Amino acid sequence: MTQSAASRIDTPLNDEDLSRLQVLAGGFSATKLTWASGFLAGLAAAGGNAWATPAASPALPEAAQTARLTILYASQTGNGRRLAEAMQADAQARGLASRVVSMADYRPAELRKEALLALIVSTHGEGDPPDDAEPLHEYLFGPKAPKLAGLHFTVLALGDSSYAAFCKAGRDFDERLVALGAQRLHARVDCDVDYETRADQWRTTTLDEARQRQQAAGGKVVPHLHAVGPASGAAATADGVPVIAEVLTNQRITGRGSSKLVSHVEFGVEEGSLAYEPGDALAVTTDNPPALVAEIISTLGVSPAAELPGGQRMQSALTSRFEITIAARSFVERYAQAADVPGLAALLAPERREALNRYLGERQIIDILYEHPAQISAEAFVATLRPLKPRLYSIASSPLATPDEVHLTVAEVSYTAFDRPHWGAASSHLASRLTPGAAVEIRVEPNPRFRLPADDSLPVIMIGAGTGVAPYRAFLEHREALGASGHNWLFFGERNFSTDFLYQLDFARFRKRGVLTRMDVAFSRDQREKAYVQHRINEQAHEVYAWLERGAYVYVCGDATHMAPDVHAALADAVASAAGVSDEVAEEYLKALKRHGRYLRDVY
Amino acid sequence: MSDPKRQLSPVEHIKRASRHLRGTIELGLADQLTGALAEDDTQLSKFHGFYQQDDRDLRSERQKQKLEPAYSFMIRARVPAGRCTPAQWLAMDAIARTHGNGTLRLTTRQAFQLHGVIKRNLRPTIRAINDSLLDTLAACGDVNRNVMASVNPWRSALHAQVAELADAVSAHLSPQTGAYHEIWLDGEKLAPDAVEVEPIYGDTYLPRKFKMGFVVPPENDIDVFSQDLGFVALAGDDGTLAGFNVVVGGGMGTTHGEPDTFPRLGDVIGRCLPGQVLAVSEGVVKVQRDFGDRTNRKHARMKYTIEDRGVEWFVRTLQENLSFELEQAGPVRFMGTGDRLGWVQGDDGCWHYTQFIENGRLRDREGHTLLGAFREIAGLGHGQFVLTPNQNVTISALDDVQRSAVETVLSRHGIVRKGVLSGLRRNSMACVGFPTCALSMAESERYLPDLVTRLERSLDAHGLAEAPIVIRMTGCPNGCARPFLAEIGLVGKAPGRYNLYLGAGFDGARLNRLYRENIDEDTLVAELEPLFARYAAERERDEHFGDFLVRAGVIRAVSSGPDFRADEGQAA
Ligand code: SRM
Ligand SMILES: Cc1cc2nc3c(=O)[nH]c(=O)nc-3n(C[C@H](O)[C@H](O)[C@H](O)COP(=O)(O)OP(=O)(O)OC[C@H]3O[C@@H](n4cnc5c(N)ncnc54)[C@H](O)[C@@H]3O)c2cc1C
Ligand SMILES: Cc1cc2nc3c(=O)[nH]c(=O)nc-3n(C[C@H](O)[C@H](O)[C@H](O)COP(=O)(O)O)c2cc1C
Ligand code: SF4
Repeated sequence: MTQSAASRIDTPLNDEDLSRLQVLAGGFSATKLTWASGFLAGLAAAGGNAWATPAASPALPEAAQTARLTILYASQTGNGRRLAEAMQADAQARGLASRVVSMADYRPAELRKEALLALIVSTHGEGDPPDDAEPLHEYLFGPKAPKLAGLHFTVLALGDSSYAAFCKAGRDFDERLVALGAQRLHARVDCDVDYETRADQWRTTTLDEARQRQQAAGGKVVPHLHAVGPASGAAATADGVPVIAEVLTNQRITGRGSSKLVSHVEFGVEEGSLAYEPGDALAVTTDNPPALVAEIISTLGVSPAAELPGGQRMQSALTSRFEITIAARSFVERYAQAADVPGLAALLAPERREALNRYLGERQIIDILYEHPAQISAEAFVATLRPLKPRLYSIASSPLATPDEVHLTVAEVSYTAFDRPHWGAASSHLASRLTPGAAVEIRVEPNPRFRLPADDSLPVIMIGAGTGVAPYRAFLEHREALGASGHNWLFFGERNFSTDFLYQLDFARFRKRGVLTRMDVAFSRDQREKAYVQHRINEQAHEVYAWLERGAYVYVCGDATHMAPDVHAALADAVASAAGVSDEVAEEYLKALKRHGRYLRDVY
Repeated sequence: MSDPKRQLSPVEHIKRASRHLRGTIELGLADQLTGALAEDDTQLSKFHGFYQQDDRDLRSERQKQKLEPAYSFMIRARVPAGRCTPAQWLAMDAIARTHGNGTLRLTTRQAFQLHGVIKRNLRPTIRAINDSLLDTLAACGDVNRNVMASVNPWRSALHAQVAELADAVSAHLSPQTGAYHEIWLDGEKLAPDAVEVEPIYGDTYLPRKFKMGFVVPPENDIDVFSQDLGFVALAGDDGTLAGFNVVVGGGMGTTHGEPDTFPRLGDVIGRCLPGQVLAVSEGVVKVQRDFGDRTNRKHARMKYTIEDRGVEWFVRTLQENLSFELEQAGPVRFMGTGDRLGWVQGDDGCWHYTQFIENGRLRDREGHTLLGAFREIAGLGHGQFVLTPNQNVTISALDDVQRSAVETVLSRHGIVRKGVLSGLRRNSMACVGFPTCALSMAESERYLPDLVTRLERSLDAHGLAEAPIVIRMTGCPNGCARPFLAEIGLVGKAPGRYNLYLGAGFDGARLNRLYRENIDEDTLVAELEPLFARYAAERERDEHFGDFLVRAGVIRAVSSGPDFRADEGQAA
């Protein structure tokens, strides 16, 4: 803000204050300015002594304009869109703070941050909202529906009176928002196919209302307390403490006909009760598959009600206390001895170690029981088992984007072997057995070795296959919320473009908003010759190297056995070819990156 | 409805900025993150012959899955006069099975459509089509579309002449841009500084799509009055081609709830000689190019240009572009708009077989392998294939031996024959609609067959099983199956709900009128049942259903486009 600019608007500050302010804010980036504005307003709100309350942390950029009018529309055949765009033009002309957004590009979570909302919604199908409105509609009518006390809104409903459900979608939104505590700026207007005049009236009234409120608000800003501060160390506090979370959403995100079963799982948590950062994982406590528990009990020929020392019954013990999927060496040792199965004991010979690993790699406990049946009591059997451990899942959300939620991306392990169905305990629990409303014990597993650069202006290269993409969704949400200026490049690989492009819409939105600078994808099964992320890295060798030279951080996440090594080799090749150095030198280069914490891996 | 501020419609800006239809299509093809093209390019793609679509059955499911819609493309191949060789049929069949969704779709304008072609297969597909010497350029877009012509090979001489003229006009009115070759056939790039001209269309092409066709009375199979420009063949005393009546300003497209959109029948403005057809076509196109409404796409078709300014104005303006005067129109009588199904012998002794293809869709299903059957027939290499304006296919010019070869294949594949079909089904057409059509509001192709089956029951009951009644369904009011020229017209409004139109002329010379609005299947059947009853009881000899309803006062005859809307709202 230049002094002249400032003194043109009337202000309580005298020239001295102004020049001090100028010195203070001089050379601040737009982001920093918004940050500061929020912060200062926070000071004001906290009666000047916010210094003492570290909780009053920086506002999100969006929050910086309380009374900004958001014109939000969902349009199927374009009428609503045209009206919304005209309205935005009008608002701008009147000098109002406003933006126009299609529900297609709108993150439902943003709603909590709105103060002034003009909703334009048409009705389609038999009373349904347009396709674009579905996510917001579900959010508002679903279990996660937020309280919207602060919100003032008004609805323009487009419809056609020859339909039974005239303007139903608009009505639904209108009534639901009120139910959630929001207040109407003015009454909803329902339009028939000849909507022009009524729409105009609605627009004028709305913009007049908006002007008054914006003048009243005078641009004052209340900081969003839930926005945790800059990405360094803040998470330490609540680290590791288990909390009970509620499943909000459990959505399969691989399309029909996919060879993969991947689900997006959202947990609701008390705001601040679970501090985490992008890069962290969540430890999820699981039950075992009921079918497997039953199968083991019947194979052993013991009673599900058999009482174990401590009083627990066999069935519940196998369900929640013991590991019954993964077959470990320890199990083979104990089972071979307890049940006296020589065939199995033979595998334990030192020189058979390799064979045993292969054997275990291909089998779950049940498979071994079938191959080596034996007389063994319930008590003796559970003594061969290990306690059931929580499983880890990379967190796929940023606390800045969804402060009271944690998201996971879960690939369900389920396969057929020895002509029998097999399941993974936690992944099948999460992906298939947990429905919204269920309670789950979760705990943050911090991963300080997989963090965004503290310097927002540095570029990052994110490489992931399959669920390895999960933390990158969190990274991008986080960098967007921080208004980070650093460029972001994502390499993603899966099997088929049409069904396995995890979070395709999210990434498309990130790209549209300029958060995702580049994205290269490899779908291995869409063409005769297989293509993986490492091939894309090879193709982009020079560009990748250029980014590294510009200080880029490199992240690799996902499959440890194949992807990680292949990607490493590809990176080495890239450096070697682009920099024109030997393979040894290239390896050194990567080692150095690792040492400086710029080559980070989270593989499993 | 045209914009008072007279701003050009957005599409006009896209066309102008596109450098003769190049746009950013090639960038879009290269974008790996989406199966779609850039939004503006989806307007341009039409000129190249394809539409971006998505599987609407999966739309909301995929939105929840955070996946973009299941995008794919519908590709249309131009087939002037519907004539193609067995080899070309085989090529389209192969392409449909390798790059498409395994079905071949014959359209209401005698062209081929492929559905479900994904982005990375666009190039190979369009190449393959061009290799077969068909093309997709101008199959859609604001240009002259596929040129139609009557299918009446039994009048061999006339038919051949007319078909050749259709070919000639089609070529004459094809866009001249190099964009098509550049993008799809590796033609070399136009130098940035080079100038390229569209001699007939100019840089922004036409204000809207443009459609023309040739008809040979007494057949009116192409619905000549629904064309922007129609040529009605006039035979001399010796039976050879003497000239054409010229018909202008037809069209079907309307929009629900917008009274100033309406279907319109073309006006007969005079006659011309065969040698003058190219000049007349170019002249008409240029009048529409210069005077069509470029501010409002819902008002941009030539039918509105003529409705607004009057036929006299149109003829005057046209004459300014012609070096000759149009003569007085000759007398013409039309019998009907349908196809002659089954075998007929031509005046040259050759055999011609027309197969009913329900709604134009050829696929292979258990026990009914239409696609396979015609693959085999084409494999025989005999005669010529003609796609008909009623979504059927004719195999033309066969000798006795070839005829029996074809018959063997048909029966081996268990293909339905004429006679087995009711008069209603034989005269039924449905547009594509769900799940591919982005504009459909209700089922069409997937639903009409079942509805017909249900109606057949009540027709049977009244002894009307054989009565030829034209029924046409579309999933929206755009009118792709020319529903407003059907004795029973059904136009989708929302899932399971249709507007019912009645009373069109069997000869395609009178529009129907709205009878009931936004009704479901049961209501629809209940509404028609008593009318069938009365028709059975009270019809005069050879009186058609539509004519009967008008005579009986059930429907007031529609006299003009605007009159089509006259008593809307009253319709219960
Ligand atoms: C395939 C076909 C229907 C069929 O079942 O055969 C068809 C299919 C479509 N038509 Fe049509 N039209 C087809 C003949 C017609 C006809 C009949 C005719 O031309 O004789 C009409 C009415 C005559 C007319 O033009 O007035 C017709 C009037 C329309 C319109 C409305 C135009 C208007 O003036 O309002 C649209 C929508 C538009 O253009 O905005 C349209 C648009 C469409 C589109 C491309 C939908 C879109 O724009 O996204 C449909 C593709 C559906 C799909 O998934 O395949 N189609 N369309 C016909 C292809 C003909 C061809 O080979 O070129
Ligand atoms: C840091 C970290 C982050 C992770 N992030 C994610 C994440 O974001 N998303 C995610 O989905 N997972 C992630 N995982 C993996 C996850 O923790 C679990 O390992 C995985 O879900 C399997 O656990 P489960 O309980 O379902 O299967 P388990 O009950 O552990 O059993 C799997 C058993 O089946 C066997 N098995 C599995 N597949 C086959 C097969 N095809 N053929 C033969 N045997 C087979 C295995 O050898 C094992 O014995 C992560 C792991 C780590 C360590
Ligand atoms: C397939 C379809 C179904 C419709 N169903 C309804 C309905 O049930 N109720 C209603 O009030 N309007 C209905 N309408 C009318 C639309 O809401 C109306 O045309 C509106 O102006 C469309 O606005 P939009 O272009 O922003 O989507 C329907 C429209 C279509 C195309
Ligand atoms: S009439 Fe409507 S629904 Fe049917 S194909 Fe044409 S545009 Fe689609």
